[in-house]
Amino acid sequence: MLEGLLTTLKSMVKKPVTIEYPEQKRPVRPRFKGRHSLKRYENGLEKCIGCSLCAAACPVEAIFVESAENTDDERYSPGERYARTYEINMLRCIFCGFCEDACPTEAIVLGDNYELSFTDRAAAIYTKDMLLDPVPPGGQPTPQKTPVGMYTRSIPEMKDPL
Amino acid sequence: MTDKLVHLTIDNIPVSVPPDTLVVDAAKQAGINIPVFCYHPKLHPVGMCRMCLVEIGRPLLDRASGEFVRDADGAPKLQFSPKLETACTTPVTEGMVVITNSQKVADARREVLEFILTSHPLDCPICDKGGECPLQNLTMEHGPGQSRFLFDEKMHLDKHVPLGELIYLDRERCIQCGRCVRFQNEVADDPVIAFSQRGRALEIITQSTPGFDSIFSGNTTDICPVGALTTADFRFAARPWELKAAASICQHCAVGCNIVFNVRREALQGGRMVIKRVMPRQNEQVNEIWICDKGRFAYHYVESPQRLTQPMIRKDGALIEAEWDEALDLVAKKLTAYGASLVTLAGGRLSNEDLFNLYSLTHTQGGQAVLYSYMAGGDLTAQVGIPPQTDLGKLGAGCVILVIACDLHEEAPLWWLRIKAAAQRGASLIVLNPRTTRLDRYARHVIRYEYGAELAALSAFQPQSRGDLPEPVRSAVKTFQEAENVIILYGSEGLGLQESKALAHACAGLLIKTYHIGRSNNGLVAAWHNANLQGAWDMGFSPINNLAETLSKAGVTYVVATDPAGDDPQLAEALQHSGFLVVQDILMTETVKMADVFLPAQAYMERGGSYTSGERRLQRFYPAVPPPGNTLPDFAITARISQRLGRTAEEQSPARILLQIAATNPAYAEMDYQLLAQVHEQQPLMGRHDLYYGGTTYENRQGLGAHLSTAASRVEPLNIPDAPPPPVFPVQEGLLTVVPTTRLYDRGSLLIHSNLLHQRLAHPTLTMHPKTAEAYQLSRGQTAVMLLEKTPYRVEIDLDEDLPHGIALLPRSVGIPLNAPQAVKLRPES
Ligand code: SF4
Ligand code: SF4
Ligand code: SF4
Ligand code: SF4
Ligand code: FES
Repeated sequence: MLEGLLTTLKSMVKKPVTIEYPEQKRPVRPRFKGRHSLKRYENGLEKCIGCSLCAAACPVEAIFVESAENTDDERYSPGERYARTYEINMLRCIFCGFCEDACPTEAIVLGDNYELSFTDRAAAIYTKDMLLDPVPPGGQPTPQKTPVGMYTRSIPEMKDPL
Repeated sequence: MTDKLVHLTIDNIPVSVPPDTLVVDAAKQAGINIPVFCYHPKLHPVGMCRMCLVEIGRPLLDRASGEFVRDADGAPKLQFSPKLETACTTPVTEGMVVITNSQKVADARREVLEFILTSHPLDCPICDKGGECPLQNLTMEHGPGQSRFLFDEKMHLDKHVPLGELIYLDRERCIQCGRCVRFQNEVADDPVIAFSQRGRALEIITQSTPGFDSIFSGNTTDICPVGALTTADFRFAARPWELKAAASICQHCAVGCNIVFNVRREALQGGRMVIKRVMPRQNEQVNEIWICDKGRFAYHYVESPQRLTQPMIRKDGALIEAEWDEALDLVAKKLTAYGASLVTLAGGRLSNEDLFNLYSLTHTQGGQAVLYSYMAGGDLTAQVGIPPQTDLGKLGAGCVILVIACDLHEEAPLWWLRIKAAAQRGASLIVLNPRTTRLDRYARHVIRYEYGAELAALSAFQPQSRGDLPEPVRSAVKTFQEAENVIILYGSEGLGLQESKALAHACAGLLIKTYHIGRSNNGLVAAWHNANLQGAWDMGFSPINNLAETLSKAGVTYVVATDPAGDDPQLAEALQHSGFLVVQDILMTETVKMADVFLPAQAYMERGGSYTSGERRLQRFYPAVPPPGNTLPDFAITARISQRLGRTAEEQSPARILLQIAATNPAYAEMDYQLLAQVHEQQPLMGRHDLYYGGTTYENRQGLGAHLSTAASRVEPLNIPDAPPPPVFPVQEGLLTVVPTTRLYDRGSLLIHSNLLHQRLAHPTLTMHPKTAEAYQLSRGQTAVMLLEKTPYRVEIDLDEDLPHGIALLPRSVGIPLNAPQAVKLRPES
C-alpha cells in the first residue's frame, strides 16, 4: 500500500505528460498528414488544373472533381483547364496522401490541420472554397482577367521531368 | 472455302486468313497485337507512322520450278527481308512467317515512339484523350522511359484551334497520322480538312466555310489516336474513366445507330446523373462504328430548362400543377364520357412499347390511332421490306439499289455512307431524284424527273414497259432487269403524304412484279423522318390525309410526343375546336400550352424500350439517366389510363409489353428483350482494350438487335391495298409551286435545344433557279413573303442553277408548315 501511495506522490510532483488542448497544441511531426489544402501561385492563380488524377488515385473515392475550360476573361489556373468543383469527403478520407503524390502540379497538399469534426455528414464534404488557400499578398483572387496570349500552355510550364 | 485461305505463322502461331488480308489484321485475328497509329481497319493503309514494324520472312521460291526451296529437313527455306516491314501495308502470302516479339521489333517500336514524342506535349493530365489514348497506352507498353531528345526543344504550337464550332484542334498533340483526313476523304467524302505545310510545321487545316463542314466530323475525334481533335461538347468535360456507359439507340432518324451515352454525376445539376457525351457503339449491320453529328450532339434537349415534370390541369383557363391521380382520373372520366370520339395522335419518337399501349387504349375505346407523319408505306415495308440476313454493309456486285425521291445524305446519313460504300464495292446504284444530291456521284445511273413525276419515272422499270426508252433510262432499266437482288429505298423529297402513299405503293408493286421480295437483299425501305415510324406502323398507327378535320371533330384528343400546334396554325385551330385535349410530352410546346390536361413523360434515355429501324431491325435501348421530377414513361401513363377504364395494361415492364407485341404481331413473334440483347463477335474487333486499333468506339455488349421478318419472307399471302389515286402536282397560273425537302439539321422540337448545332440549323430559305427568281423579280438574299393557307411567312431567297425551273424548294420543320407540294403566292417583302 505504501508503495502505491509513493507512486501517487511521485507523479504529483512530476511534469504532466498531457496538455491542455485546445488552449495548448502540440506541434505535429514533419510528415504528419492532416486536412488538405489547394495551393495557389504567387499571383493568386490556382495550381489545380482539374485533372482528376487525385480522384483517380484516391483509394476510397473521397475526391470529386469537375473541370471546365479557362478563358482569358475568366481564368482560374494558368493552364487550359481548372476545377469548377472540387470536393473532399473528410469522413471517407484515410489521409493516405496518395492524392498529393498523384497531383502533377502540387496543388493538393495535406497540411497539419487535424481539427476535423462535423455534426452531420454533409458538413464532412469540404468544398473548393474551404480547401483553397487564401490569396497570397500581392496576388489577385480568381477568376482573373489575364492578357491574351499570356497563358498558352495546356498545363503550367514544367521542368524536364528527368 | 478453306482452299481459298492463306496460311502463315505469326509468332509461331499458325493463322489462316483470306487472301489480301493485311498482316496486322491477320495478327489481330490470332490474338496478337501489332501496335498501329496511322492504320485503321476501316481506312486504306498508308504506312505513315512506322509503328507497326515487324520482321517478315517469306519462303524462298525456286525460280525455275516455282516450288519452295526446302532445307535438308524439308521445311521451306525462309528469306527475311533485311529491314523491318510495315504490317499495316503488307498483305499476307502463303507460308509467310511474321515475328512481332523479337528484340529488333521491340527496339523499333521504342524508337518510333521516342521520335513521335519529341514533339508531343506533356498534356496527359488534362488531355481529353488521357485514359483512352492510344499514344499513352502504347508508350506505356512499348515506349522508352526516357527521351534522348532535349526537352527544351519541344515544339510549342497552338493549342486552341477551332476547326469549326464543333471540333477543336490542338496542334501540339497531333502526331500526323492522317486518320482524320483520310476518314473525311474516303469514308465521309467531305474532303474539308487537309494537311498543310510539312515536317514539324505540318498542321491540319480546314478548307471549308463554315469550318469543318461535314455531318460526320465527330467521328474524327473517335479515331484520332491522340487528343488532337476534341469536340466542343466534351472538351475538358470529364475524364473518360469517370464515365459510366449506357447503351442506347440514336433517336434522330430511321437508321437506328447504336450509341452509348456516357454519363456522370454533375454538381452543377444538383448532383444528378447527366449525359456528358454520345459515342458510337459498334454494330456492323447498322452503323459500323460511325454516327453522324446530329446523333452525337442533339441530346441536350433532355436537360433543357423547358422540361416539364409535373402533371397539369386547366383550371379557370390556366394550366395548374396537379397530382397524377387527379389528372389521370380526369382523363379517364372524359374518355368514358366521349368514348369512341377519341383521336390519338402519336409522334414517331415513341418506342414500340409506348405505341402498343397507346394503340390498345385507342382501339378498345373505338377511337382512331393517327400517326403524325408526312410519309406513308409502313404497311408495305412490313410486307415486302428487306427480310433478315440483309446487310447493307455486304451488298456488292449483282445488287441493284434504287433510291427514289430521297436526299439520303440529309435524310439518313449513315445509310448514305453505307450505300455509297456498297456502290464502291460494285453494287449498282440507280438514283432517281428531281435534283442533284450527294448520292449521284456514286450512282451508275442517275435519272432526273420533274417534281411530281416520280411515278412516271418509276414506271419505266415495270417489266412490261418496253418501248423506246431514252438514255439514261434505258441502261438503268437494263441494269435493273439484270439484277439478282433489288432494294428500293424511297424518301420524302418533294412529296406529301398522298404522294408518299402513291410512291410507296408503286415501289412495292414493282418489287412484287419483278419477284424482288421475301429474299434477303431484296425489298422496300423507307427513309423515315423519325426513329420509330416503322414501329408505329407495325403497332397499328398510320397517318391520315384530313388531319385537321379529324382533330376538330374529336371528342377527346390525346396528343403524344408531337407538337402539331407548333408546326401548323391550321392544326392549332383544329385543336381549338376539338373537345378535351390531353397532351403527353417532355418539353413545353405550343400544343402543351393548349392542353386541358398535361401528362409529363420521360425522355427515352430515362427509361427502357425498343425501336424498329427503317431496315426493320428491332433494337433495344436502356435507361441512361434517372428521370426528373414526377415523370413517368409513356407506356406507363397510357397503361394507367387504361386501368382506370377497367382494362388490364402493363405499366411496369417494357419487356413484358414486347412479349404482348410478339403475341399479336407475327413479325415480332420471336422477339423478346433477351434476344435483342444478344451479341456475337464482330469483325473487325473494336472497342476493346486495344483502342489504338479501332478508336474509342464502344464494343457492343448490350445487343445487336434482331431483324424482323416480312410477310413475304414468312411466305404469307400479301395484302396490298388498291393503288391510291395518283396525286395531282399543284401548278397554277401566277403561283409558284413550292416543294418540301428534308434537312438533317432542321428546327425540330428536339434539335432546337442543342446550342452546339444552332449555327448549322436550316433556315426558312426558298431555293430556286435564277430564271424562276427573275420571273418573280427576286434575287439572292432578298426576303420575300409567301402566302400559305392565307398565312404570310417570310422566307429568304437563295438561288441554285442546278434546280429545275418553275419550282422552289423549302426545308421542312423550319417554322413553315409545308409538308406537301403546294402552289403559293410569292412577293418581295415591301
Ligand atoms: S489522402 Fe488518400 S484517402 Fe484522403 S483524399 Fe487523398 S488519396 Fe483520398
Ligand atoms: S489537385 Fe492536382 S491532381 Fe487533383 S485535380 Fe487538381 S491538379 Fe489534378
Ligand atoms: S489530328 Fe489526330 S487523326 Fe488527325 S492527323 Fe493528327 S493525330 Fe492523326
Ligand atoms: S445517322 Fe441517324 S440514327 Fe445515325 S446518328 Fe445520325 S441521326 Fe442518329
Ligand atoms: S505505318 Fe503501319 S500503322 Fe502506321
